[in-house]
Amino acid sequence: MTTQTHAPAARRAPRLVPSLGVVVPATLVGAFVLAAVAPSVLAPGDPTAIDLEAAFLPPSTEHLLGTDQSGRDLWTRVVHGTRHSLLIGLGATGVALAIAAVLGFAAGLGGRLVDRVVGSLIEVSFAFPTMLLALLLVAVRGPSPSTLVLAVGIGSAPGYARMIRGQVLAVRQEAYVEAALALGHRRRDVVVRHVLPNAMRPLVAVVTLGISQSVVWASGLAFLGMGVAPPSPEWGALLEAGRTYVTFAWWLEVMPGLAIVLLAVSVTALGRAAQRRLEGTDR
Amino acid sequence: MSATAPTTTPVAPPTEALAVDASPANPWGRARLLVALRRVVGRVVAAVLVLLGAATVVFLAQTLLPGDRATLLLNLRSGEAVERTAAELAPINEQYGFDDPLAVQYATYVGGLLRGDLGVSYQRHAPVAEVIGGQLWPTAQLALGALAAAWVLALVSVVVTAGRRSRAVTAAGSGAEALAASVPHYWLGVILLVVLAVNLQWFPVMGGTSPAATVLPVLTLAVPLAGFLGQATRDEFDRVLEQPFVTSARARGMGDTGVRLRHVLRHAVLPAITLSGWALGALLSGAVIVESVFSRPGLGQVLVAAVDARDVPVVAGVVMFVAAVYVVANVLVDLAYTLVDPRRRS
Repeated sequence: MTTQTHAPAARRAPRLVPSLGVVVPATLVGAFVLAAVAPSVLAPGDPTAIDLEAAFLPPSTEHLLGTDQSGRDLWTRVVHGTRHSLLIGLGATGVALAIAAVLGFAAGLGGRLVDRVVGSLIEVSFAFPTMLLALLLVAVRGPSPSTLVLAVGIGSAPGYARMIRGQVLAVRQEAYVEAALALGHRRRDVVVRHVLPNAMRPLVAVVTLGISQSVVWASGLAFLGMGVAPPSPEWGALLEAGRTYVTFAWWLEVMPGLAIVLLAVSVTALGRAAQRRLEGTDR
Repeated sequence: MSATAPTTTPVAPPTEALAVDASPANPWGRARLLVALRRVVGRVVAAVLVLLGAATVVFLAQTLLPGDRATLLLNLRSGEAVERTAAELAPINEQYGFDDPLAVQYATYVGGLLRGDLGVSYQRHAPVAEVIGGQLWPTAQLALGALAAAWVLALVSVVVTAGRRSRAVTAAGSGAEALAASVPHYWLGVILLVVLAVNLQWFPVMGGTSPAATVLPVLTLAVPLAGFLGQATRDEFDRVLEQPFVTSARARGMGDTGVRLRHVLRHAVLPAITLSGWALGALLSGAVIVESVFSRPGLGQVLVAAVDARDVPVVAGVVMFVAAVYVVANVLVDLAYTLVDPRRRS
């Protein structure tokens, strides 16, 4: 039991210097973004350069993360794969948000009947685990990166849709919306200027968490061999390619996985920090 | 996973009623029984509707398949990719009813589902229900084993470390849970495989479904789930520790461990029980990846092979089956909740 003073707590000044829990993940995310935008800065080599003499070399100073069965440098491949993985994750989150915004706003503003229809649609889609819905889509459409984006996007849309619907319903009740309507503003303007931004704001943190989740799911699907064709250095594809050699070349599996975990954990940490800030419980 | 994890039903702050067990002489009086019955019926009807919706989605996914289904089926069986003549396609269309109006196909599909008929595999010629039934047991073992293991891990972590005076202990516990919850199955599986099976040789690298070969897959599936369950339980555990009835139990001279196990835990597990229904669905989809990592036979391998071959009826059958398990599990969890928590009975 910690002792607690009951004197009125002084309002804490907002933190000017961010804590270590923000700086470290922010630096990592920055590095990943750099790898995605300009991979050659971090890894000047060619990710597809084959050197059969140098196959299956363990991590060393020359090959930071080792080499694969064709002697390709894994560090170069992981760095160059960042763009694919990040784009798939961002794309999927974008697709999810677009679907969710349409459904959520329709339900929140469209009256009882629409709300019920959307509500049952969301309810039904919760019965499918995201991964399985995605696999069904891959089976129907055939594997490709765009299927991956769509599959993960559609799979994670219902969660956002339910959140947006709740937000819209709450914001509708706010005094400022009532005031704007009473002032004679058109309904459409009120929705665009007041309801939309206020309903979407709390989603910032959730969406950040969603991006890391999408990257993990998409590379999981790629790991199963659905999505990105083998020579691509996308992280999930790297994992899939390394599976055959796991008994003696552990780095081929461990290192790309580490990249995924680092990205997911640091993006999640940033999302949580944003969430605390928005909720005003920042310490 | 967190994005679609249903938010736990907000639990009213625990009151003393539970701990003291101040239920009246007959908690299952007639009026209460009626209320409970209505609740059960309402829950079951809602579940049936959700399943009907799920069946509709799966049906549409199958019929909206780009390309001609009869052609796909013939090519799958012969392993070719050629255009088929009308004469070749006609008997297939006839046999599978691909030319029937959509409404008729829909009625046939839903009617079949009611009889447990999930359609026929394009590739294997066998009924999908048979294909699933044949591979169900190893996956069920895996999922149920992981669910049990995850509960044990989560409860031990929470009961031992939550709400301790030492900041370091609580931080270690919650940190471990957060880390566990964010590790992808495929990576955890590979690490366990490399360290415990390849290097230390404690477990077989590929051992089919033998007990020794089941340990690592179960652990791989259990650890992330334990993270989720632990996080949900810990929040509630911390809140309950502050409740007056805990103080009063302590004042009666009850030991710390006794208070934690007898009074606090009973309240604290409620949110995680809600999550367990969701977890079963998540475990079945996690099993797909885990079975791939460990080359273990099961439903997941059937699913991956079917997706690869574009054997849509098998994929749709597995998805439908998992959705049904998920929905039924959630109804059961909901009803179990009513039993554990007397507040929900009135």
